[in-house]
Amino acid sequence: MAKYILKRILYMIPTLFVISIISFAIIQLPPGDFLTSYVATLRQQGEDIDATAIKALEEQYGLNQPIYVQYGKWMRNILLYGDFGLSFEWRRPVKDLIWERIGLTVFISLLTILVTWIISIPAAVYVATHQYSFLDYLISFISFVGLGTPGFLIALVYLWIMLSVFGVNAAGLFSEQYINAPWNWDKIVDMMSRIWAPVLILALDNTAGIIRTVRANLLDELNKPYVETARAKGLKERILIWKYPVRVALNPFFSTVGWTLAALVSGETLVAVVLNIQTSGPLLLRALTSQDMYLAGAFVLLLSALTVLGTLISDILLAIADPRIRLEG
Amino acid sequence: MSSQQAREISIANELDESLNPSEQAYVAPQWKLMYWKFRKHRMAVVSLFILILFYIGAAFCEFIAPYDPEAFSTNFVAAPPTRIHFFDDHGTFRGPFVYGYKRERDPETLRPLYTEDKALIYPIGFFVRGSEYKMWGLFNTNIHLFGIGAKPDEQGVFLLGADRLGRDLFSRIIYGSRISLSIGLVGVFLSLILGIILGGISGYYGGFVDNIIQRIIEFIRSIPSIPLWMGLSAALPANWPVVRVYFAITVILSLISWTGLARVVRGRFLALREEDFVLAARLVGSSEMRVILRHMVPSFLSYIIASLTLSIPGVILAETGLSFLGLGLRAPAISWGVLLQEAQNLRSVALAPWVLLPGVAVVTSILAFNFLGDGLRDAADPYSR
Repeated sequence: MAKYILKRILYMIPTLFVISIISFAIIQLPPGDFLTSYVATLRQQGEDIDATAIKALEEQYGLNQPIYVQYGKWMRNILLYGDFGLSFEWRRPVKDLIWERIGLTVFISLLTILVTWIISIPAAVYVATHQYSFLDYLISFISFVGLGTPGFLIALVYLWIMLSVFGVNAAGLFSEQYINAPWNWDKIVDMMSRIWAPVLILALDNTAGIIRTVRANLLDELNKPYVETARAKGLKERILIWKYPVRVALNPFFSTVGWTLAALVSGETLVAVVLNIQTSGPLLLRALTSQDMYLAGAFVLLLSALTVLGTLISDILLAIADPRIRLEG
Repeated sequence: MSSQQAREISIANELDESLNPSEQAYVAPQWKLMYWKFRKHRMAVVSLFILILFYIGAAFCEFIAPYDPEAFSTNFVAAPPTRIHFFDDHGTFRGPFVYGYKRERDPETLRPLYTEDKALIYPIGFFVRGSEYKMWGLFNTNIHLFGIGAKPDEQGVFLLGADRLGRDLFSRIIYGSRISLSIGLVGVFLSLILGIILGGISGYYGGFVDNIIQRIIEFIRSIPSIPLWMGLSAALPANWPVVRVYFAITVILSLISWTGLARVVRGRFLALREEDFVLAARLVGSSEMRVILRHMVPSFLSYIIASLTLSIPGVILAETGLSFLGLGLRAPAISWGVLLQEAQNLRSVALAPWVLLPGVAVVTSILAFNFLGDGLRDAADPYSR
């Protein structure tokens, strides 16, 4: 087991390395560097910035040096000092901006995964054991719609219905009076009363796929002789189904949890933009449109790194659950 | 052909017809088995027809759309979908027609209100003359599939309503389908090339190369795609012409979507290599090329087509999402994602809910591709039960 975990962690290193290069490429792609745009913005606003300050910044980020040196400096600042550079739009260190957002992103993602499982696994088991029943058709229909409808469209329709039927602006995670309030119990209650909408919308996106896979797997398992044997021995149906075939049917699903996480972060980006939730998505979008490249690059880097980390954790959990994986890997 | 051969063929034909349906399956060629199996999947057949309709619409959008997608009229700002009538107030049948709009303003909110003016009747005609366009860049014409022949400023027929500049949404959706539906095909074609080459190498050589390619695929799939796509497409220069942005976006999208196809190709290659019929073909002395092209490709081609179909929706969705955020195609270009940008503003949705309709087009085409892919996948292996 220890050997397997070590191997997986070693695999992660080249992955993280490539991710950091891609993120750096995103910073570098737009013409010009961030300092020229920074200085230009300052000049536009009528502020003057003296040559020595520019020189100091240039030195700090190695802008006058070849690309690989710049990359090296960027990486060294991140790894040694946790310094992701400067956001020239917000005029604050990228680090502060990101920590404000990443927490909520991770919270919503984890909550969504939890809700997805709570909904989809019982639904899939019910559908597989009650094939061709009315609920089977209903759930299959809903999951097909969920599969074909992108989350941000559902979010749009949700906002429109809330506005036209109830006259409420459902965008945002907090009611007006709490937006700038410090964290307290009331604010948390208020947030929880609004957070279900984005979580459910995101969950619907994933539930559809999971129900379909688990249903198909479970249908295969239910026809196997061991189920018949267990039944012949007089095991109660409920215990029988949940104890054996369901566990087998869930295996291929657990092995793709890592990708679920990646898909979730992607979907979350769009839904958050529509619902105006202060997660990383909207800030990333804004950073990209205003060419605030250090902020954007840091976001892509951190989101990808978090997903890779999540994949690692799910792989380890899977290896604990299913010993065959360790032998293969 | 000798008479002997002709007689044999006619006997074989009679034999075919005399067989009852279950026995016909033994003599049918593979494509026929696939066709039978595909036909059984009702939703897939319906989806196929829907998609054919959509693509015909995309190909002939200038002709089918009653108006130029950019033509606007301040008289019809946020006009609701026009109702089509067949009987007038007196119950007389007059063929399809629309009433003229009477425009008022809500005294409080100042939003335009449209009511039907029963005195003005505009019959809907087919093959009417309207705005001039150049069909496929070949010849100029002004014939449209349908319209009311009135001046656009005076009265229009808005099947799906008009947006906040008074542009006909139906025309815009039809024009938008040209980009949105083709980007799926082009993007998947690009990923098919990447997928077949890399997946083929991976399955054919195996071992070390296979290991490397599999790691790359795993790596790409573990990156959240939308943030990456956003980063890459935001880097496209804003002054690029539409066509170049279009191709750049497709390349960016297929950079990620090839991984699924590569997996399918590799898996098929590995499985088929061990099949008895491949071994048999080798034993009778077929060359490597002949084994691959004559025996292996036909048996995994159908799988490839099925998984191609299943990966088109992803590309369509990605384009829609990116354009919706303003990072994909931009305003002079018309795609469903660009049209949905209008819906980003909650006030314009409240004023004219029909700006959400491009979303219906997106969902319909995605569902249709999903069902079609499902049906094709079932049909791809006609021997399984």
